[in-house]
Amino acid sequence: MSDLIDDDIPGRNAPEFSVSDLSGAVKRLVEGNFSHVRVRGEVGRVSRPRSGHVYLDLKDDRSVIAGVIWKGVASRLRTPPEEGMEVVVTGRLTTFPGQSKYQIVIESLAPAGVGALMAMLEKRRMALAAEGLFDAERKRPLPRLPRVIGVVTSPSGAVIRDILHRLRDRFPREVIVWPVAVQGERCAPEVAAALRGFNALPAGGAVPRPDVLIVARGGGSLEDLWGFNEEIVVRAVAESDIPVISAVGHETDTTLVDFAADRRAPTPTAAAEFAVPVRADLLATLASFDERRQAALARLLQRQGERLRTTARVLPRPEVLLAERAQRLDIAAARLPLALRDHARAKRGLLQERGGSRLSPALLTGLIRHRRQQVTGLAQWIRPERAMAALTPEREALARLARRLEEARDITHTRRTALTALDRVMRAAGYQQTLARGYVVVRDAEGGVVTDGGALNTGQGLELEFRQETRVGVTVGDTAQPAKAKPRKSAPKSGPDGQGSLF
Amino acid sequence: MSFEDAMAELERVVDQLDRGEVPLEQSITLYERGQKLKAHCEAKLRDAEERVSKITMGPAGEATGTTPFDAE
Repeated sequence: MSDLIDDDIPGRNAPEFSVSDLSGAVKRLVEGNFSHVRVRGEVGRVSRPRSGHVYLDLKDDRSVIAGVIWKGVASRLRTPPEEGMEVVVTGRLTTFPGQSKYQIVIESLAPAGVGALMAMLEKRRMALAAEGLFDAERKRPLPRLPRVIGVVTSPSGAVIRDILHRLRDRFPREVIVWPVAVQGERCAPEVAAALRGFNALPAGGAVPRPDVLIVARGGGSLEDLWGFNEEIVVRAVAESDIPVISAVGHETDTTLVDFAADRRAPTPTAAAEFAVPVRADLLATLASFDERRQAALARLLQRQGERLRTTARVLPRPEVLLAERAQRLDIAAARLPLALRDHARAKRGLLQERGGSRLSPALLTGLIRHRRQQVTGLAQWIRPERAMAALTPEREALARLARRLEEARDITHTRRTALTALDRVMRAAGYQQTLARGYVVVRDAEGGVVTDGGALNTGQGLELEFRQETRVGVTVGDTAQPAKAKPRKSAPKSGPDGQGSLF
Repeated sequence: MSFEDAMAELERVVDQLDRGEVPLEQSITLYERGQKLKAHCEAKLRDAEERVSKITMGPAGEATGTTPFDAE
């Protein structure tokens, strides 16, 4: 290989390589010289295809080297690589002749010092805190006595043993372990899946749904615990409907899971203590409650009983209440017949004294007889004949008056007959009889009787009266021939004048 | 009724009885209520059996059932 470089002078005798020869030569050179290197850089883009291998870029401010972590190595890494992480990797360079590329095959990867990792952790914590994932209002109270406890941890090791042991001591419960990797590449996705899996269990399903969850891991380096700082795990804890107790690492180790959990326990053992109460304590509390309950009622009954007795003592005895009254009744009863007899006697005496002896039926009949005699005496004086005699003059006067009335009636009749005769005469002489014979009475508009035909004017309105008071209105047609109308009007002409005074 | 609720109510009942301010008849009702709550809590505490199992998972990582678990 060194000949190749040394002989690089103009000349036609230089050997000719095939592409593959050259690529192979480069490959040998690169892999031979960089079979074990240590590189520091920042992790760039990371991709994790389903194959399980991890592809990433290592970079600094000027250059980039492609890197790969084979599946077997990746699963053993304590700190999975993340974009932006400052790391130191060891590995070897290989070339990829088919694409004229080279890459570093990473055999180990570690954060470039705790400071770098801490800075990254703090940045992430602040971002998640800003989202409200760690807010105090999100924390739910733990159930006081859970029936089922779900534990997300490694199935082997001291952690699960410590938890089970402490649970047994305090209050044996049903425990369901969801086994997970607690470090390395698989840790975060598995822990997150376990949390989601427990939450996905339906209540009353084949697998009992836990009432509380414990996420636990023993102590370790920051890198060891790194999976519990992963965003996917933090979010799964924050989103859990079942309250979560975190117990990751020792008391001094704090992971982001601890911030998101509803309760943070310093150790797995403490987590078990948070999860269940001490059964014996509860039984003791219950017993004390019961004792108090019984004592309280007993006390109450006793106090009420005492009050009753005290009140009863003050209450007078019924015999005492009645005795005096009974005696008064006896005295009164004894006096009653005596009093009645005395009273009757006194009244009788009074009656005698007031003239009870004078009062008798004879007295009354004597009185009645006297009154009857008086009435008989008065009756003699009543005589109808006398009254009739006294009325005779009035009766005669009445007869006289009656006679005179009779005479007056005759006179009236005679006079009415004479009047009727006169009326007949009068009617015969009246103009109405004349009208019956064909004459009319002519009157002008004012009702005056027209006697002079010459005084009429053409167009003047007249009224003609025929017999039985029938009247007709007419108009004067021609006044030139008064002589013709005259004979007809002459008769009534004299009538109205002569008769006017009669009406 | 949950254990917590029963226990909390029992405590209230006992406190009320202890103060002795409730009329006698109500006291007897409370006393009987306390009796029931105590029995309920005791039943919950009696159910103290340890049973530890482990989740078995399906291909997609979902829980399919449980198997007995031995920590050792």
